[in-house]
Amino acid sequence: MYKEVVLIFFAICVALSTFVVNSQERVRLGTPINEADLEGFDLIAEPDGTGFPPGGGTARQGKQVYDINCAVCHGEDGEGTSGNTIIVGGDMQSEGPPLRTVGSYWPYASTVFDFIRRAMPATAPKSLTNEQAYQVTAYVLFMNGIIDEDTELNANTLPAIEMPNADGFIDRSHIHSN
Amino acid sequence: MPQKIYDKVANNGLISRRYLLGIGATGIGAVASSTVLGADAVINFEIPSWSRTPGPGASAYGAPSRHAQHFQRTYRTPNATYPGGGSSRSPLQHLQGSITPNSLHFERHHAGIPDIDPSGHHLVINGLVRQALVFNYEDLLKYEMVSRVYFLECAGNSGGLLRGGNEEGTAQSLHGLVSCAEWTGIPLSALLDEAGVLPEAKWIAAVGADAASMGRSVPIDKALDDVMIALFQNGEPVMPGQGFPMRLFVPGWEGNISVKWLTQIKLTRDAAQFRDETSKYSDTLNDRSSYQFTFPMGAKSLITSPSGQMSLDRPGIYQVTGIAWSGSGSIRRVEVSADGGRTWADAAIQGLQLDKALTRFTIPWEWGGGSAVLQSRAIDSQGNVQPTRDAILAERGNISTYHNHCIQSWGVSSSGEVSNVYV
Repeated sequence: MYKEVVLIFFAICVALSTFVVNSQERVRLGTPINEADLEGFDLIAEPDGTGFPPGGGTARQGKQVYDINCAVCHGEDGEGTSGNTIIVGGDMQSEGPPLRTVGSYWPYASTVFDFIRRAMPATAPKSLTNEQAYQVTAYVLFMNGIIDEDTELNANTLPAIEMPNADGFIDRSHIHSN
Repeated sequence: MPQKIYDKVANNGLISRRYLLGIGATGIGAVASSTVLGADAVINFEIPSWSRTPGPGASAYGAPSRHAQHFQRTYRTPNATYPGGGSSRSPLQHLQGSITPNSLHFERHHAGIPDIDPSGHHLVINGLVRQALVFNYEDLLKYEMVSRVYFLECAGNSGGLLRGGNEEGTAQSLHGLVSCAEWTGIPLSALLDEAGVLPEAKWIAAVGADAASMGRSVPIDKALDDVMIALFQNGEPVMPGQGFPMRLFVPGWEGNISVKWLTQIKLTRDAAQFRDETSKYSDTLNDRSSYQFTFPMGAKSLITSPSGQMSLDRPGIYQVTGIAWSGSGSIRRVEVSADGGRTWADAAIQGLQLDKALTRFTIPWEWGGGSAVLQSRAIDSQGNVQPTRDAILAERGNISTYHNHCIQSWGVSSSGEVSNVYV
């Protein structure tokens, strides 16, 4: 009698756990979408060129866009109006804490475009067109002496730019626990 | 006199934690902060007015007592060039236990708090998956969820200590960018499984729906391990300042990576190299190279009482209490020193001792009226020992001040004033 009760109990447990596993598998409520639907939503522009939109621009074109949208915080020549807004100059070997400017610190040019497109200008993020984002990126890199005024930046040329401090980083992403 | 009764387990008055429950009222001093009245008022045994008149009835959503208004976050007003940027700090010197009330959980925003209508919010999973998917809020509520208590700490917490100064600092102003809550949500692995992760996907790129569209990258191993899409915080919907309607929660890692207002997860080959994982939250060393992707927060602890800007009203026995945590496991032990780190005694763990969660410790201490330096030192389940400030400075200098988990020293003067000191 005791054995039978135990067996029935186990049978019920197995049945219940199977039910739970099955019901978990049934909760799949994501709606399939196409990558093409995400144009304009997916703003991630990666160092390998993935995610850069069509179009392009030069620093010469970008000056006017910068003067209207960016100079109020970042200064006419990128000299900034507070510590976090300085984007030109800086020297990693300077005395005291170096300024983390685009030219002296940022390891990837893709980040400049990615950040401008998603987060700038700070008072009206995502108000620039893709063309304008390319143009302003070019102007910021030009002010930092990294490209010429007429270098056309686009999905192919922008990710290929080598930044001065690209080798200045020690990747610790493999350390997940101390 | 008390000093004849209790075993002293370290110099300068630390008493064995075995006496925690046995100490009577006699000889216990009061720790006063500037916002709390002293204890010397005359006791009035008349029936008080609130015992003579019925009070107001129930309410839809509670608020703290108007007599406990000093439990407040501190925050800076954003400036015009950085609208919505800034942070608020938890009042650690007042809080007890290990769970932070939702309204007092620290915040750090990069473009303010969006007012998100969940019916218009999407969570997209795309990139290197078999099938890109979009989820809506109502559907996500139907998934099986897990609940875990986890601390969250900003990478910039305690950074000011490395540069020196801050003599006027409090537990809140120096260390208030850490909090702890019970987070309830969907394991990210369940949603990634539904989309079907392709073998070449090595990272996820997570993006928020705030005005900055703040993004961070997480290695796929971690994403499939214990990362969750958190929908609830201490039982109620995640607060707007914490990412309503949903946030990524990456246990144990620097706070910025737990992307709030989560709206997109893209599977990628490499890290997306967002602004906030290159220009920000990277640690420049003395040789001017920079650590990138410093993920787990170090083993750390802090005495919250007595702490900076409090005062001890008279010699006697005090309950030293504080919090400890580690991004790599649970807290195994906390040691306390009253002589600036020369001798140490084990504190008692009060309450839960959970993985990657704030852990409350306490130890009785008899203040004899002389000067003292109170410190605490955490040891986690991996054997990591909280380092001294000098050790951190020797390892990586103070060019960058992110990820500082050094021992905090609170100096006690002979008049009982407590302040931040360096030893």
